Amino acid sequence: MHLTQIERGILAGETGTVGGRMAMEIVVAAGRMLGAGALVPVVSSHIDGCLYHGDSGVLFCERLADEGARVQVPSSTNVGALNLLKPDQCRLPPDQRKMAFRLMQAHDRMGCSPSWTCAPYQAGARPSAGEQIAWGESNAVAFANTVLGARTNRYGDFLDIACAITGRAPLYGLHTDAARRGEIVIDVSALSPALRDEDSFYPVLGALIGTLSRESVPVLTGITPEQASEDRLKALCAGAASTGSTALIHIIGVTPEAPTLEAALGGEPARERVDVTAAMIREARDSLSRTQGDTVDCIALGSPHFSARECRTLLRLLNGRASRVPIYLCTGRHVMETLAIDGTDTALAALGVEFVVDTCVVVTPILPPGGGAMMTNSAKFAHYAKGNTGHDPVFGSLTDCVESAVAGRLVRDFALWG
Amino acid sequence: MGMSWQGEALIEGAAAGPALRLDAPLSFWGGVDPASGEICLAGHPQLGERITGTVLVIERLVGSSSSSAVMLELLYRSIGPAALILGTRDAILPIGSLVAQQMGWTPCPVILLKDPPFATGDMVRVERETIYKDDA
Repeated sequence: MHLTQIERGILAGETGTVGGRMAMEIVVAAGRMLGAGALVPVVSSHIDGCLYHGDSGVLFCERLADEGARVQVPSSTNVGALNLLKPDQCRLPPDQRKMAFRLMQAHDRMGCSPSWTCAPYQAGARPSAGEQIAWGESNAVAFANTVLGARTNRYGDFLDIACAITGRAPLYGLHTDAARRGEIVIDVSALSPALRDEDSFYPVLGALIGTLSRESVPVLTGITPEQASEDRLKALCAGAASTGSTALIHIIGVTPEAPTLEAALGGEPARERVDVTAAMIREARDSLSRTQGDTVDCIALGSPHFSARECRTLLRLLNGRASRVPIYLCTGRHVMETLAIDGTDTALAALGVEFVVDTCVVVTPILPPGGGAMMTNSAKFAHYAKGNTGHDPVFGSLTDCVESAVAGRLVRDFALWG
Repeated sequence: MGMSWQGEALIEGAAAGPALRLDAPLSFWGGVDPASGEICLAGHPQLGERITGTVLVIERLVGSSSSSAVMLELLYRSIGPAALILGTRDAILPIGSLVAQQMGWTPCPVILLKDPPFATGDMVRVERETIYKDDA
């Protein structure tokens, strides 16, 4: 593996801090393990490692901070295990809550921007097309590659903060042209235009893409740039990154490096082609629900974190009607600040919305214990609900979620799905 | 006496133990309980088995990059596998072991060997890039 003089100096302890050397050891070791020929400088990082998984990770990040490690590039933070604005919302035992807090603090000390959101791209972190970055959190990685055209692999615990501290990542995978070439074409143009103009189509399509593409880079055709709103793309990327290891979808006319099908495929023929039928998309939709009957015990929204626009849509759909079941709305501080300006936050709270800020309901125990039916418009929540919270997911559009919340039982309208 | 294979040492070290070959894909995050070392993924054929002290044979890795954190937590609690044999190139689990080394906790050697031929119950020993299997 080729290392620059500076990189070798940091590794040898001739320059920089001990914390910086530990980070360089991790990045170089990862590069060797992955077969990278060199490291590549990155311009930003998004750190997934601030979520508490056990005391060892806390002790490691505190060691890095104590040994002088500081991030070299702008580094946003993903969700932690606590709502820092309301710490007792989380049911972790007090000792674990304390450790979860120490982990978030350690990232603060290393110079990360405390964004605590899984939608950093809606909180100001917007790398440009072609820029090399080192991001964690599967949905953020997929959004950065797909929508922004920046270049990153999925960086998780320890390697994410190590990349931020060194300002470098192993040069392999989606950092390189070869690995970004589209391989499997997924065409949705046979589906009804009305369905393609429905918000809840996008998380379902994402879930289907993740399942279909497995290890390959998918190319999506049949969506117009006008249909591809930012919140729809967010839901699409999150769905694909949950059901598959998808980290890049070439959406023709949307993804910067995919102006045409030929460009997305890099001039080569597609390895596989899938024409999505109405039956396939209905099956993907139904795979996101696990309940029988019409019980709904709670609503979970905001995976990825809700935008201000989505919060305002929710308020409009509620239309002054109070919810009969709790609505957990996960979002970031960047959104809360906006909502406070016109009182959207208090208006939503008055109708039964509980804000979950800095974290989310599938990564830390917030939902009541004992399980139940959790309705959501998020493919990602639907995918992780059972394993992480014990709740059985029920998928529906945001309108369905609101009507069910108000009725206190499942109300869904699938007319558009054929 | 027995046979030996040459792999690539991702994390160097020496260890021995009974092989535990994963019969289905498993993400350590959500799939291994970091407090007990037990496989805890609902529906996994080896649900409830402990990976502690085994030479864990993983043909294909799946899942979350938070698996590094679960690996580190297992090693911190001294309930990790004795060694890992990976069938595909990956950095997620080895990084957990590397960080354990940096923290002064006992790391777990990791060897890359394509199509690892070991079955659950084989007595396996690893030393740097060499894997030995003892005769039954």
